[in-house]
Amino acid sequence: MSVTSTMNMVQALNSAMDVMLERHASVVVLGEDVGYFGGVFRVTDGLQKKYGAHRVLDTPIAEGGIIGAAIGMGVNGLRPVAEIQFADYIYPAYDQIVSELARLRYRSAAAFTAPLTIRTPCGGGIRGGQTHSQSPEGVFAHVSGIKTVMPSNPYDAKGLLIAAIEDDDPVIFFEPKRLYNGPFDGDPDKPAQSWLGHPMAEVPQGYYRVEIGKASVAREGSAVTMVSYGTMVHVCIAAAEAEGVDAEVIDVRSMMPLDMDTIAQSVEKTGRCLIAHEATRFAGFGAELSASIQERCFWSLEAPIERVAGWDTPYPHAFEWQYFPGKQRVQRGLRQLLNIEG
Amino acid sequence: MSKPTLHIPAVPARPGEAPDFSYVHLAPAGAALRPDPRVPVRETVELADSLIRVLDEEGKARGAWDPKLEPSVLLAGLQNMVLTRVFDDRMQRTQRQGRITFYVRSYGEEAVSVAAAAALAETDMLFPSYRNQGLFLARGVSLVDLMCQLLSNTRDMCKGRQLPVMYHSAEKRVFSISGNLATQYPQAVGWAMAAAIKGESQLAAAWIGEGSTAAADFHHALTFAKVYKAPVILNVVNNQWAISTFQGYAGGEQRSFAARGPGVGIAGLRVDGNDFLAVYAATQWAAERARSGEGATLIELVTYRAGAHSTSDDPSRYRPREEFGEWPLGDPVQRLKQHLIQIGTWSEAQHEALLATVEEQVATAWKQAMAFGTLNEGEKLDPKLMFSDVYKEMPAHLQLQCAQMESGI
Repeated sequence: MSVTSTMNMVQALNSAMDVMLERHASVVVLGEDVGYFGGVFRVTDGLQKKYGAHRVLDTPIAEGGIIGAAIGMGVNGLRPVAEIQFADYIYPAYDQIVSELARLRYRSAAAFTAPLTIRTPCGGGIRGGQTHSQSPEGVFAHVSGIKTVMPSNPYDAKGLLIAAIEDDDPVIFFEPKRLYNGPFDGDPDKPAQSWLGHPMAEVPQGYYRVEIGKASVAREGSAVTMVSYGTMVHVCIAAAEAEGVDAEVIDVRSMMPLDMDTIAQSVEKTGRCLIAHEATRFAGFGAELSASIQERCFWSLEAPIERVAGWDTPYPHAFEWQYFPGKQRVQRGLRQLLNIEG
Repeated sequence: MSKPTLHIPAVPARPGEAPDFSYVHLAPAGAALRPDPRVPVRETVELADSLIRVLDEEGKARGAWDPKLEPSVLLAGLQNMVLTRVFDDRMQRTQRQGRITFYVRSYGEEAVSVAAAAALAETDMLFPSYRNQGLFLARGVSLVDLMCQLLSNTRDMCKGRQLPVMYHSAEKRVFSISGNLATQYPQAVGWAMAAAIKGESQLAAAWIGEGSTAAADFHHALTFAKVYKAPVILNVVNNQWAISTFQGYAGGEQRSFAARGPGVGIAGLRVDGNDFLAVYAATQWAAERARSGEGATLIELVTYRAGAHSTSDDPSRYRPREEFGEWPLGDPVQRLKQHLIQIGTWSEAQHEALLATVEEQVATAWKQAMAFGTLNEGEKLDPKLMFSDVYKEMPAHLQLQCAQMESGI
């Protein structure tokens, strides 16, 4: 377990599935192009060769079918890891997820359960237009009975995915695709960065877990709390540094269950809070964060909570960088929060 | 006693192996019977499992399905297929140069779109997938308009909001392309139902890939088409590959996709998709059936995706490079050209001249399109366009966000 290698997020996720396929005969991987080809983002590369076509299955192009079948497999003793090729393509499976997967334990008084992990690349920043850029985490965090997770670095990605596969409740595991090959601070004009040299890219080769439901402090500070997840964690850190603000950046990591203790502790310390996510603002997950923080920390707040999010439009192809809540928008949010002119 | 085991569809050849198309059920040109388009569904069962072909190996038209077209119609078809191919090649190169972000070629399956468009009435409504650019070109949408969409420039029909190739043309009656698979299939059925409700004679036609037949929307479409006898033509473009996934993973082993038509209760035809005459004739048959009130037809067009899935894909990772050369149904452009030469209305020299003219036409259009800017150069679309058309009237919160964007960036 202690032997580590430098991994990007693709390799870390691949390693998590490799470890779990090795440890448990019940783990199966299924999805479109995941087998022979190894996935369109290469996340399942080599797994079919190693574990066979009966455990790493190429599927028909039918997201509702993938999730429906995975529920059946889960009921019959397997631990399926289903890939939805892009989060933008998850909606044909919406009924199976919301009406079936999320409620199976509840409606059958735990007589039937399906321990599924649904992996799906999400988020923008790759010029993917409206069908390869969406961030629907809030849609699923809203549904009782499923857990919702989004890592921001390779170490967390592997540990959280292992925890998700071991979890007896269904987990939707969002992978910010812009972070697959390197961290991204929101500036599209800078050359793409790799994970090489990043402390969170040192990943144990073997088994370990990162507990679902625990936020992490990605950067310590005392002037303001920035609450975020996925790609926006990196944007927040960059914005704080560019603005010269001593910000504490909380990486939520799991939307449900939500680690309100870590968030509240920080907000009570700093007295100011900015929430940032790529998803649209209106009824987005930031609204839940903002409401919960206000309820817990009202008497510590020195300014209204600031939200920075995607505009409330579909994800536009040509205007990606005016749409994406990048560094400048987050900096502006910080200035607003700290009452700084300009 | 043997136990059930999980069946994994066999892929005939992977990289490094010799191409093997022995699984493709073939039939000689001219062999298929052509029943009256008003026949009961069950009389199409055989046609749905057979292969309707008109052009033989020598380029002669054979059998009852020969639509006996005027040379001018054939020539227009050849021109549109050549235009589609040259346009595709040029746009692919453009993507490699970084001027557009994404592209999808229809290389090897041009007849599927061009012949169908030729066989339908101009007032019929088309619901394309993202590999049906031939429909737009055959309907006369201008090259410059298509290119401006690819460039997301100031004349982009989608106002910068869509990925390249997600065209539309209300004027030419071609529906807005979605990046999500198979969604247009039930929509086309609904469009056709509306025509029937209104007592109009137009029909709808839709195209999806064989991979997308796995999607629930495919089944929704067939059921609705059957229940209401909707005047619709449902085309399945079986180009053998859905990114890396072989057609066996969509259920293509043992039974044709066309057979699902009679299975549900609508007519089914399995057609050589690289045979311009066969595609034309099958479309014409289905259109006549629909217009006479006998309902929908599911047409499987057997073809081969000669290029990559898209510019984001490298097919040499999952299939032999040499496959297209071995494809038993050949190249649709070559086959129509051979036929035209065979009937004495075309020559190699004329074909060379056509190629040169079309190259020039595409190059000229590209210069015109570039004058309206590209994603990274020249004049740009106003980012405020991001906020319009979300709703008919812009709600207050979007007005506010639009103002915030303008003041902040």
